[in-house]
Amino acid sequence: MNRKTLNKLAAAIAAGVFLAAPAHAQVDNAGFVYVGPIGDHGWTYRHDVGRLAVERELGIDTTFVESVSEGADAERVIRKLAAGGSDIIFTTSFGFMNPTIRVAKQFPQVKFEHATGYKRAANVSTYSGRFYEGRAVIGTIAGHMTRTGQIGYVASHPIPEVVRGINAFTLAMRKVNPEATVKVVWINSWYDPGKEGDAAKALIDDGADIITQHTDSPAPLQVAQQRGVHAFGQASDMIAFAPKAQLTAIIDNWDRYYVERVKAAMDGTWKSADMWGGIRSGMVEMAPYGDAVPADVRAAADAVAAAIVDGRLHPFAGPVNNQAGEQVVAPGETLNDKALLGMDWYVEGVQGRLPK
Amino acid sequence: MDLLIAAMLTIITAATPLLYAALGELVAEKSGVLNLGVEGMILLGAVCGFAAVTFTGNAAAGIAAGALGGAALSSVFALLALGLQASQVATGLALTIFGTGLSALLGQDLVGAAYDGLPKLAVPLLSEIPLAGALLFHHDILVYGSLALPAAVAWFLTRTRAGLVLRAVGDSHEVAHAMGYPVIRIRCLATLFGGACAGLAGAYLSLAYSPLWIENMSAGRGWIALALVVFATWRPWRALAGAYLFGGITIAQLHAQALGVAIPSQIMSMLPYLATIAVLVLISRDKSKIKRNAPACIGRAFHPSS
Repeated sequence: MNRKTLNKLAAAIAAGVFLAAPAHAQVDNAGFVYVGPIGDHGWTYRHDVGRLAVERELGIDTTFVESVSEGADAERVIRKLAAGGSDIIFTTSFGFMNPTIRVAKQFPQVKFEHATGYKRAANVSTYSGRFYEGRAVIGTIAGHMTRTGQIGYVASHPIPEVVRGINAFTLAMRKVNPEATVKVVWINSWYDPGKEGDAAKALIDDGADIITQHTDSPAPLQVAQQRGVHAFGQASDMIAFAPKAQLTAIIDNWDRYYVERVKAAMDGTWKSADMWGGIRSGMVEMAPYGDAVPADVRAAADAVAAAIVDGRLHPFAGPVNNQAGEQVVAPGETLNDKALLGMDWYVEGVQGRLPK
Repeated sequence: MDLLIAAMLTIITAATPLLYAALGELVAEKSGVLNLGVEGMILLGAVCGFAAVTFTGNAAAGIAAGALGGAALSSVFALLALGLQASQVATGLALTIFGTGLSALLGQDLVGAAYDGLPKLAVPLLSEIPLAGALLFHHDILVYGSLALPAAVAWFLTRTRAGLVLRAVGDSHEVAHAMGYPVIRIRCLATLFGGACAGLAGAYLSLAYSPLWIENMSAGRGWIALALVVFATWRPWRALAGAYLFGGITIAQLHAQALGVAIPSQIMSMLPYLATIAVLVLISRDKSKIKRNAPACIGRAFHPSS
């Protein structure tokens, strides 16, 4: 290599650096960190659908890393994305909260979006869905359609998010059917198709004629289909697994939020914020009704969803009684977000004791 | 009464995969092979079985593919741990990790596919008997097979010459070798049998228990099967009892919750494991008793020249 080529090379590198420099101001890559595999047909799958919407609508590149465990690995993966040129990074599980905050401090020019957490910074936003609004809609359907007056609820872990769902479902159900009750079976796992199915079987054997779930696999729906009872899908439309049994499903829809946030970053209007979006924001969506849902029930469910959207109805508006029958929310009052985020008690109509 | 029958039917489905995996591992361990890759082999069996059913629509093809998938993965173990003398424990653990990843890769396009489940075969006349008919004679082929398997394994191990040789290899490979038996080949066959059984357990999961494929759907059942072998002190009939006990505890706790029994569900979820520990403590008190059943050469590598 002679001097001339060396000079050329140096010039090329200098030009490269010069050209690359302003690239930091714009957004050419969005990074995504997932807790599960994109093939889980639930939580992570829906986040990946959102990522694809960003690619499609904004025409930028995206990078994703799946099945990242919620520990030391997470910080390494997030840092690698930040260092590798992702200008906005979505970390999509509660356990990624502290790693996200730590990496965000080291990369102030990169924007971070953390799902379901509560720690924010100048370059870290948080976002989550008000899935309890969807639970109020399916609770309304269940109240209309149950014959035995008993609903089976396959639940994962006794944390506020899950308890809030059970309560919202029960309150909406008892508004249309004050005698109906909910039985909850905890399986202490987010994901164990065999056990989820067994729990559904136990609930059906015990008299439930509608099954709903806060676990991630479609196994409970399959059991409902086999046993000839009804059920609701979770996180994504699960109609393929239970064409007769699924009445509707609560769908997590991150598409619009992801596109909006990446677009804001591209326009330079991105600001740290806390987003907790429900049906109105499009984050919580209902799947098309199953054939088994009669027209009047569809109308009732649509009415509940519409009332939630325009603010006339809050799923936790009083009067709300706890399990002991004591009034905890007076008529005219509504539980605030803080009470919702820390919910650790059952409303009237839920059977059994909440594990602590 | 109906509730009891329903609960018992669920227990049968919960016990069947455990039973297949445990009996396969039992035979492998009796020959002196400790294969910790059961979880990986179950997953590969599950994805192969489900893929075969999706593409051919034939239940028999699905079951066969499940067994072949499990056996194929166990042949990797045989090659590394028996042929090349790698550590059995490390190889087995690697097999579980490899099987989990490989099954996820193979199953990418199967996520979301639906299958109605294995057909139920009612035994003529017997299935008409009230209560017992529904309980015992109205199942799919894999459940009947799982009930026949302990008998076959027990007969093979204790009543046949080949079974005697297999146990001899597991108890003292030097002596078996000196007597002219091909130790490595026998262990390979036992390992393949263990793999095929784990594959059948997987096929039962993805074809009958919850007929679908999703990643990691075995959710730790391979490890329970490994515990079951020790729990059963390497005896096939005890493995049958153990599988039903483990399945029974799991299902009983779900029913107890549905019936509103006020025991914390976390404690009830631990019960199968507590039961294992309790039985381990009990059986290990009588050392000679466990020694008579435990294969003496378990996990030890064999080289003809040593």
